[in-house]
Amino acid sequence: MTVPVPRDDFPLLKTEVRTPSAASTPAALSIRMEAQQINIYYGLRHAVQDVSIPFYENLITAIIGPSGCGKSTLLRAMNRMNDAIPGYHIEGQVLLDGQEIHAPGTDVISLRRRVGMVFQQPNPFPKSIYDNVAFGLRVNGLVKSRAEMDDRVERALRAAALWDDVKDRLNRNALQLSGGEQQRVCIARALAVQPEVLLMDEPASALDPVSTAKIEELMFELKKDYTIVIVTHNMQQAARVSDFTAFLLTGQLIEFNPTPQLFTRPDDPRTEAYITGRFG
Amino acid sequence: MRSRFADRIFVSLCLFAVLIVIAMLVAILGDITYHGWDRLSWEFISASPTQGMTEGGIFPAIFGTVLLVLLMTIFVVPLGICVAIYFSEYANRASWLYRWTRAAVDNLAGVPSIVFGLFGLGFFVQFVGGGVDQLFFGGNLTFRQPAILWGSLTMAVLTLPVVIISVEETLRAVPQSFRDASYALGATKSQTIFRVVLPNAMSGVLTGGILAVSRGAGEVAPILFVGAAYFLPHLPTKLNDQFMQLGYHVFVLSTQSPDVEATKPILYSTVFVLLALTFLLNLVAVAIRARLRLTAGTGR
Repeated sequence: MTVPVPRDDFPLLKTEVRTPSAASTPAALSIRMEAQQINIYYGLRHAVQDVSIPFYENLITAIIGPSGCGKSTLLRAMNRMNDAIPGYHIEGQVLLDGQEIHAPGTDVISLRRRVGMVFQQPNPFPKSIYDNVAFGLRVNGLVKSRAEMDDRVERALRAAALWDDVKDRLNRNALQLSGGEQQRVCIARALAVQPEVLLMDEPASALDPVSTAKIEELMFELKKDYTIVIVTHNMQQAARVSDFTAFLLTGQLIEFNPTPQLFTRPDDPRTEAYITGRFG
Repeated sequence: MRSRFADRIFVSLCLFAVLIVIAMLVAILGDITYHGWDRLSWEFISASPTQGMTEGGIFPAIFGTVLLVLLMTIFVVPLGICVAIYFSEYANRASWLYRWTRAAVDNLAGVPSIVFGLFGLGFFVQFVGGGVDQLFFGGNLTFRQPAILWGSLTMAVLTLPVVIISVEETLRAVPQSFRDASYALGATKSQTIFRVVLPNAMSGVLTGGILAVSRGAGEVAPILFVGAAYFLPHLPTKLNDQFMQLGYHVFVLSTQSPDVEATKPILYSTVFVLLALTFLLNLVAVAIRARLRLTAGTGR
């Protein structure tokens, strides 16, 4: 499968300094969000074990690993989507701009506004495209006037590279769109509330190759404005889109490195075994 | 060979059973239509009974039935939705509170309707109505008597389990992914319920309403003691007025009239109207639901 984006595959290998995608970011990496010694339990099951990962601003960090390795659990812990699951318990710290998101008094609602999420299955509401994108703005009361709403919806749809396709049918039900378009509506919906971090839980795994390529292309655009964390068990995808990659295995962080390095010269033999397809 | 023979016998038996059901339906509907058609006229539908129920129409009974069902729906649907939301969205399914209330609702559905009638008399008329009279009317008899308010409330209690069960099932069927998406956008739980979950369960709400209406329009026993009248010269205009009702009117015509033979033609037509009305109410609800599905773009 090819990605219709001409691009240097391994820019890191050619630079001395470890600045992934050096072209687009300032020399120093700044950490937007960070997991510090995270332990997650479901009842007695120790799903994530002592994992620490930094998520750098305006970069894409991929979390890879076989099914059940805890990667989705970790991702969902970052906007506290697991809170309602019975038996769920987390230890350690998740920092957003240096603030612990589990601290007492933290407003989960505003946390989720700052840390948006796109899910594995495209899950637009059975409402119009417009109402889908406007949903987050409405529930958070972020918009005063109809004109401002129109403007924010348009900007979100443009950011999701969907505006030109749907501008004439904004009142159509979002479920009538194709799977790839639906997923981009979901991305637009997440972007509309202008989050700082965008969590993507296998955003392309339910899509065909063409739609997948479009989503990946979109991610390159989005990282100019957002910090992106993507969970995937498609290693090629991680290699194509991300700047840093974390490899998780049975709840443990095996390796965290710049993506080109992790996929060419992994530090850990288990990483090598996984990326060369010996298990998983 | 033998098994194929047995198979054929079985299929024929099943077919025969189906034919019996169809025959019964045709016999009932056919008989009623055949005997009831002659007396059916605009006058019959729009006039009051006269001459000791042997002449005139049944308009007060039609009016009473529609009003009763309407009031009942106003009471039962919001209450049923609230309980269903609690069951589906808030209650911990392992808690004793959930298990006991759940069992109570299921059992409520199995209580014979005459018991609801007695309950209505004891609770609504005597207790609530008596209390209202004591508090607001200085003990003057105002609400402590059979009335359309108590009739519709009793009917609402009777149909409550139907609404709860139907709405709860559709609420549970709303995909978790919709809830996740809503929460991930910073919506609160109540925003998620009212903007995402409930709109997606509209078909269940309407189904519950339809079932309640068709049950409520046909039941007689629950309103025997709490408001149904033998004959009224005026239509009910206040909540504490009594009312005539089609099902009860059928009972009256067939057993209580001074001249049962003379009321027979009217009886048939009344039954016909009762069936037609129930059917019509169902049809309207089904049409609304179909329309809603169409605009929502999703079939369920």
